[in-house]
Amino acid sequence: MLPHVDYVRAEGVAHALALLDRHGAGARLLAGGTDLLVDLRERRSAPALLVDISELDELAAIRAEDGALHIGAGVTVAALREDATVQAEFPALAEAARWFADYLTRNKATLGGNLANASPGADFLVPLLALDAAVTIAAAAGDRTVPLDQFLLGPRQTALGRGELLREVVLPRSAPAGQAYEKLGLKHGGAIAVVSCAVVMDVRAGRGARVRIVLGAAAPRPFRARAAEERLEGQPLSAERAEQAAALAAGAAQPISDVRGSAEYRRAMVQALVRRGIDAAQAAAVRS
Amino acid sequence: MSASRMEERVSQRTISFTLNGQPMRLEINPHETLLHVLRERAAAAEVKSGCERGDCGACAVLVDGRGVNSCLTLAVQVDGKAVTTVRGLGTPDAPHPLQAAFLEQGAAQCGFCIPGMLVTLQAFLSERPAPTRAEIREAIAGNLCRCTGYHKILDAAETAARQMRAVQA
Repeated sequence: MLPHVDYVRAEGVAHALALLDRHGAGARLLAGGTDLLVDLRERRSAPALLVDISELDELAAIRAEDGALHIGAGVTVAALREDATVQAEFPALAEAARWFADYLTRNKATLGGNLANASPGADFLVPLLALDAAVTIAAAAGDRTVPLDQFLLGPRQTALGRGELLREVVLPRSAPAGQAYEKLGLKHGGAIAVVSCAVVMDVRAGRGARVRIVLGAAAPRPFRARAAEERLEGQPLSAERAEQAAALAAGAAQPISDVRGSAEYRRAMVQALVRRGIDAAQAAAVRS
Repeated sequence: MSASRMEERVSQRTISFTLNGQPMRLEINPHETLLHVLRERAAAAEVKSGCERGDCGACAVLVDGRGVNSCLTLAVQVDGKAVTTVRGLGTPDAPHPLQAAFLEQGAAQCGFCIPGMLVTLQAFLSERPAPTRAEIREAIAGNLCRCTGYHKILDAAETAARQMRAVQA
């Protein structure tokens, strides 16, 4: 049984914002519920009111506008996985959706929920940071858009203030064609990442360009391994250089030891995954 | 009356939904999960309670045709919607092709996971009528079976998918 909590089905974003404003810290947004209801059951969260935003069409759309793809925070992982534009232009994101949890969970879990929870291993933060995503935050005073990197303050901490709601993710449609997402889980389906990485890059005249290498579950929050990126940016690509970049990424990781793996194991796996990711992204960039 | 009792009374509400096609009207509290209400208040004990945290799929039901874990759905969220359990898929006299195939191929051992397994497969096959075996494996990755090793379940799902396509054709 869940602890007692009150419930309102929001009629729109404005209604949800008004409820958040009125109830303050006692209110939590309910989207897919696949994390929140588990937290309630295990008494990690004890809100007085759940504001259900799972039925809001205005949060569940994917639309192209002004050279960017706008993905509503309420888009389910299942819908994200099936979206043709996401598959064609943002394969690293599509791949993260493909390996996210399991079929039943994907039918409920939302992109916005994954970002707003900001778990150190959150699947979508990793490709979205590599794709230079921004997020739009809705508040009674109006919307504001911030780079995802600034949205993410730390483990389970975001820039979302009291009375605010994550409205959408904004992805520039000029993303490099070379994209890869690699996730190591303890099993194939339904697994939480031991470590993950996204590699995004172009290849111009045999040299790396617009290189992004992001690591997940390798530090308190997903982060760009900039030294690894610099080893490839503007440099002639080779197996040796890819290996050096992977080693630099492993060096930048600050992993912890927990039930899913030791710090030492995680660091070794970061190196292996980044190496694999560079090879895959480079191959995709060259093919395009 | 204690404060908490008063609170429960205040927030209690009535929901209407269909359960396997039958109209239902229930007084519920908003913190009650769909799983709890189905089993304890709607005599739908075919919906199994396993992990109660979305890991095992034993409690899967269809809500407006979509497969979801009922342990991570609040009962109040299905107000106005159609809920289908394994009982709504077919009857002993007229089993659903999935139910028939599971029976014929001995795909159930203890049986605990089977209601969730069948409901999940029904939802998945309605979206993807001609899946590969690997895709079926992926679709039931969130439905844990600790008896069978999954081989007969996959065999039965493949058989049923073929039969469902033949009926459609």
